Amino acid sequence: MSNIYFTKQHEYVKVEGDTGFCGISNFAQEELGEVIKVILPEVGKKVSKGDEICYVESPKESAKVYAPVSGEIVEVNSKLDDEPELINNDPYGEGWIFKIKISNPDEINELMDEEAYNKFIEG
Amino acid sequence: MKRTKLYNAHKKLNGKIIEFAGFEMPIWYKSMIKEHMAVRNSVGIFDVSHMGEILVTGEEAAEMLNYLTANNVKKLKPGKIHYNALLTPKGTFVDDLLVYMLGENEFLLVVNAANTKKDYEWILNKGGKFNAKAENLSDEYTQIAIQGPRAQEVLQKMTDLDLSTIKYYRFKTGKVMGKETIVSRTGYTGEDGFEIYFKGDEEEAEKIWFALLENGKEFDILPCGLAARDSLRLEAKMPLYGNDIGETTTVLEADLGWILKLDKGDFIGKEALEQQRRRGVSKLLVGFEMVEDGIPRPLEDVYRSLEEEESVSYVTSGGYMPYIKKNIGLTYLPIDMTKIGTEIYIGIHGGKKKAKVVPTPFYKREK
Repeated sequence: MSNIYFTKQHEYVKVEGDTGFCGISNFAQEELGEVIKVILPEVGKKVSKGDEICYVESPKESAKVYAPVSGEIVEVNSKLDDEPELINNDPYGEGWIFKIKISNPDEINELMDEEAYNKFIEG
Repeated sequence: MKRTKLYNAHKKLNGKIIEFAGFEMPIWYKSMIKEHMAVRNSVGIFDVSHMGEILVTGEEAAEMLNYLTANNVKKLKPGKIHYNALLTPKGTFVDDLLVYMLGENEFLLVVNAANTKKDYEWILNKGGKFNAKAENLSDEYTQIAIQGPRAQEVLQKMTDLDLSTIKYYRFKTGKVMGKETIVSRTGYTGEDGFEIYFKGDEEEAEKIWFALLENGKEFDILPCGLAARDSLRLEAKMPLYGNDIGETTTVLEADLGWILKLDKGDFIGKEALEQQRRRGVSKLLVGFEMVEDGIPRPLEDVYRSLEEEESVSYVTSGGYMPYIKKNIGLTYLPIDMTKIGTEIYIGIHGGKKKAKVVPTPFYKREK
């Protein structure tokens, strides 16, 4: 996937034009275990890169999700209310969490591409 | 980092390995929720070899243990087990443990992995004046828990011992797949089941582990990790050392007064606990259930009301419980807040969410 970028906190943003689909990485969902609840951010909220904006919960823990880039939340994946396990089953597809209108595209350059991220998680 | 003799078995089963109490242990294999449900509805097995085993022998073994612990070891008989606590002079927990009476003047203590070394040294230090000997055999024993309503049927296929004759908190010794084994009807899940202890190498441990899985196939047995062990014990309100009990909480505050035998003679912590029993405790470990949406997590603050900014306590254990399907937790509350139904507030994600004090255990199996 060439248009996907990752943070060190294991969020991703899949860039499509001036918006991006955001979620947690496959590595993150494996670490977390079964997702039983997702607390979605508010649509319309303006966020800065690194803001704590929502939560993904497993029986064991509550993972904070930080905004990978600055922008406005334009849509959330309300399917996750009934099917939080989509994050486990398809983190980069149906398991996306929110869509963000990217306000500063330069911030993407500060993120890792897939290759760099894979190296990062291998430690 | 230590590994149990079943480490390679966990790798073969694709267990997700984490560090726990200095051991590399599986936290789950495929699904923590399915593992939890397997134990409630059928059967699951756990590698609990990280637990410590300390053998106490000698003419004054019982006297020594009575001096070091809360419960009355002299009430045990060979083949019986009880739950007990090693106490500090304040009446708080050095550890909680099971005491197996193996024979006259012979006891096996099963202690928490994280505390094994501390307990062993405590026993040597504080029990030194008695004519008794303590040996730390933790590295020698493999311990497997077979838990769930089908546990007996699975294990029975592998032993000549008549498991139906082993009552709750009793044990027998005999052969399991030809291996000399201690078989007790005990567990940390709130379910019926057994814990087995045997010495041997990795090959022998794996042979028994995989035979359990094979013999349990017809019951959809699952290997279970630490996460399910934690949620199962919490549903049954069994305390976890380091979370719910420790060196800052007494036996009475932990609501474990039933293991405290003040009339058994002198013991460490007696004076403090006698006084506390006379005066009453000022805080007590209670269970709560969320009224509003939210999953309570350990160390989150607990508040008296929505308005009050100062917390009165914190969550010691908490989470989503797969079988009862509720968000629950444990916390020490000031005694005036411990009445069933009392509303409290839990700090969750920066806000305060309403909860209420409920009766425990949260789950109790039908007998």
